[in-house]
Amino acid sequence: MPGDAQTDQHGTTEGTLMTDLLRLPLHDLHVELGAKMVPFAGYDMPVQYSAGVMKEHQQTRARAGLFDVSHMGQVVLRGDGYEQVARAMEALVPVNVMGLGENRQRYGFFTNDDGGIEDDLMLANRGDHLFVVVNAACKDDDIALMRAGLGPEISVDVIDDRALLALQGPEAEAVLAGLNSGVCDMRFMDVATLELDGAECWVSRSGYTGEDGFEISVPSEAAEALARRLLDHEAVAPIGLGARDSLRLEAGLCLYGHDIDSSTSPVEAGLTWAIQKVRRSGGARAGGFPGASRILQELEEGASRRRVGLLPQGRAPMREGVELFAADEGGEPVGRITSGSFGPTVGRPVAMGYLPVELAASGTTVFGELRGKRQPVEVAQMPFVPANFKR
Amino acid sequence: MKFTEDHEWLRAEDGVVVVGITEHASSQLGDVVFVELPEIDTKVAKGDEIVVIESVKAASDISAPLDGEVVEVNEAIVDEPGKVNEDPLGDAWFFKMKIDDMSALDDYMDEDAYKDFVG
Repeated sequence: MPGDAQTDQHGTTEGTLMTDLLRLPLHDLHVELGAKMVPFAGYDMPVQYSAGVMKEHQQTRARAGLFDVSHMGQVVLRGDGYEQVARAMEALVPVNVMGLGENRQRYGFFTNDDGGIEDDLMLANRGDHLFVVVNAACKDDDIALMRAGLGPEISVDVIDDRALLALQGPEAEAVLAGLNSGVCDMRFMDVATLELDGAECWVSRSGYTGEDGFEISVPSEAAEALARRLLDHEAVAPIGLGARDSLRLEAGLCLYGHDIDSSTSPVEAGLTWAIQKVRRSGGARAGGFPGASRILQELEEGASRRRVGLLPQGRAPMREGVELFAADEGGEPVGRITSGSFGPTVGRPVAMGYLPVELAASGTTVFGELRGKRQPVEVAQMPFVPANFKR
Repeated sequence: MKFTEDHEWLRAEDGVVVVGITEHASSQLGDVVFVELPEIDTKVAKGDEIVVIESVKAASDISAPLDGEVVEVNEAIVDEPGKVNEDPLGDAWFFKMKIDDMSALDDYMDEDAYKDFVG
């Protein structure tokens, strides 16, 4: 029944009462802008505005979109200088944190003893401290993990007095340069402290759309004024979680809890690029993170399954949970789709999921079962839309 | 025109019933990207899920509002699912069905009652 179609496509916390939902600093602005608000990870969040997911997606690819991602966890880690905190963090992530240059950011993940992924995160070297951004749904666990795992010398400060905005799209730089031309000196994955609209902002040139853009940590009391100033620009429109999901899917980026989780290893997930040589076998700081034995072994020998891009051959979107088969009839499932939707930019259904390595080569045809019928799905390279970063 | 609680509209026309979805339903669904229609001549019972409609966000079904037989389907919305958002009450009808007793339509809401229903 179409009126009831708002199913759980975005990790919505099922059964959460509206009264239990946390509100973010920009809540009233979202409502004013005509957002449809939904529960997500315990927060009342804008899933779309009046333009709708399709137009919001295209707006971000063509011009610029403003996202409120204040539900994500912002955490400052301090010790006796960056090196000490980076060394401590390397016990929790298989990432070269110590070698991260000042004012540079990199992607990583917390691993568990089984070599699975507990959460993925961004890590930034901000000179005298490490700044991390973690997923909303995992932040309580991540904070507990860091408090327990980093040792008594490292302080873990949860930043709950800052909103987090993302300005994404080919015109993001020009728009933000109108507030501070310093953004033009930043390249992909740089971080900087910049004054924007009178507020001290922690800016990174990164995002979750495959487009050039910025993530902006702004003091809560200044967030609405900054958001309004950005939205006043004719190139900018507000974008909800719906388009955030379709944008990241086309960009081939993982959504934690769906495409990666505590049972998927980084090698299975195709995230080996985020494990630098220095943390691998033979490296100066090889291993030393949870699950290192499995992960290092899989780095050498490969994993038995792999996350792949998938192009359903019909017009029907194949969504999370669709089972994949090697043949058009008979046999047991060989894998399943972990994210899938219609890709507004590519104009066709796109998906990602896990397959045994022998079926994971691009061009392989497998079959997804949709409403009892198996339909061909082609394994494809990701991203589905070329990345548009300023390297 | 009559309306169901499932946000379908029904219109008697030349001895058959034309079925589509309301503006309320189409806006709730968001951008429609895929429609699967029943085969012509399918006999259906009231409540059978006979149409699959997918938006960028989610999949949902449309049920047969009455017992009867599907006599025509609108292939134009299969080719261009976006029409469902553009003109849900007009060009983007879904299917036509033949029913035994047109008075069965009387059980459904009229426009005023439907407006009250969606608030």
